[in-house]
Amino acid sequence: MSRGSFTSVARAVAWRSIHSFFTNPAIIIPSALFPLFFFTAFAGGLSRVDSVPGFDFDSGYTAFVYGFVLLQASAFGGVFAGFAIARDFESGFSRRLLLAAPRRSGIVTGYWLAALARALFTVGLITVVALVAGMDIAAGGLDLVGLYTLALLVNAATMLFGCGVAMRLRTMQAGPAMQVPVFLLLFLAPVWVPYDLLTGWVKTAATVNPITLVLEADRGFIAGDPVKVLAAFAVAAGLAALMVLWARGGLRSAEQAA
Amino acid sequence: MSGGFAFQVGALARRSVLRTLRQPAMVIPSLFFPLLLLSINAGGLDSATELPGFPTDSYLQFALAIAFVQGALFSANSAGTNVSNDVETGFLNRLALTPLRRLALLMGQLAGIMALGLLQAVTFLVVGLVAGAGIEAGVTGAVVIVVLSLVISLAFGSIGAFVALRTGSGEAVQGIFPLLFAALFLSSMALPRNLIETAWFREVATYNPVSYMLEAIRSLVIFGWDGEALALGFACAGGVALIAILAASSALRTRMVRT
Repeated sequence: MSRGSFTSVARAVAWRSIHSFFTNPAIIIPSALFPLFFFTAFAGGLSRVDSVPGFDFDSGYTAFVYGFVLLQASAFGGVFAGFAIARDFESGFSRRLLLAAPRRSGIVTGYWLAALARALFTVGLITVVALVAGMDIAAGGLDLVGLYTLALLVNAATMLFGCGVAMRLRTMQAGPAMQVPVFLLLFLAPVWVPYDLLTGWVKTAATVNPITLVLEADRGFIAGDPVKVLAAFAVAAGLAALMVLWARGGLRSAEQAA
Repeated sequence: MSGGFAFQVGALARRSVLRTLRQPAMVIPSLFFPLLLLSINAGGLDSATELPGFPTDSYLQFALAIAFVQGALFSANSAGTNVSNDVETGFLNRLALTPLRRLALLMGQLAGIMALGLLQAVTFLVVGLVAGAGIEAGVTGAVVIVVLSLVISLAFGSIGAFVALRTGSGEAVQGIFPLLFAALFLSSMALPRNLIETAWFREVATYNPVSYMLEAIRSLVIFGWDGEALALGFACAGGVALIAILAASSALRTRMVRT
């Protein structure tokens, strides 16, 4: 039960998942296309919205949308990793893995490393496309560190959430149970316009939605004018910590079933 | 022969309708997600109505049309999944041994989608009215909206059936869903075409038939009776439906020959 066995399990699981992601077009293409598609559709189709009175984001609508799509790509990178775990359970691979691994917490760590690699790939791709599309980014070096750290914390939280669901339900049919809550949290934040321009129940939902803080901090970093940084990091780190417990419970459930 | 044809269509249509409506996983998301998006859009983008030239002061009224087209997109998935399931389980192979006519098979298979489309259209209309989006064209306009949304459901459902018959694979059907979704997002879904600022996006939206389907429904909701918008909407939906049905019929012939 050494530290070495934990590392070797994590490394093996991560390598397998990363290899499967980068060599399987059916997995990599949707992961890359969806955020790109959302970015293109929102930045292109809604750019006029930045002329609405009260829309105060100096870096322009492309950068405003990039802030959201960055979080979305990170979050769904985590959710898709949850799908991969569910697939491993359906194929019987996870059962063999649970029997063979000397340190099972290394399995979750391995999946997290793979989710991180997926997120880095997708985020890198969107960033390149956004820059080519003329995104005006006023962030300094420290702002960029804050921006991407926040995104990766969200990725870890959603991956651990997906992992907990996948390990409890152990079927691909659990997909909506992973996807829908994340989708709702993301889209009930100020996606298309700043918080002050929201109306109705969506504004109420955005007020209590913790992702609103994360999104506002994320856009603040992009504009080079950080806002609500501590609160956003507290929310993202808190969600990730909570999801560690959720994933650990999932692992226990899977161990009992194995 | 026509009686036989009607019987064949009726028997398969009954099976298709029951099979579609008995699957909550097929019905609930196709009602829930369009309404959720409508609700989020109505609150999230209401400030867009302050743009000069925006045709209404209620984004809910503007966005209502999206629910009908988005619901119809689910038809592609549902029709494709049902047909591919028939291919995968061998049901189609067994039908090929009977004197069933190809057109009857196709029409029967699509009947379930039409039933789902009707349920969706009525639900979206009722929810829209309850939420405060009036229909400017009145009761007759509401009926026309339902008819148009059925044609749109038929168009997308036939695309799903075509892919399923061509590939025989449920996974391939799932694979086209993002493409159809892209067609919705790259249209005049979120803003009127004249208010889309990005030139290439406006160009794509202008060539995208989905824009005209949305604009036809939108015209009845916001303006009343606009013959040009309605003609374009019905022509685009009907055109896509016709092409997709012909393609699906051809794919069915090939599949029957293979059998």
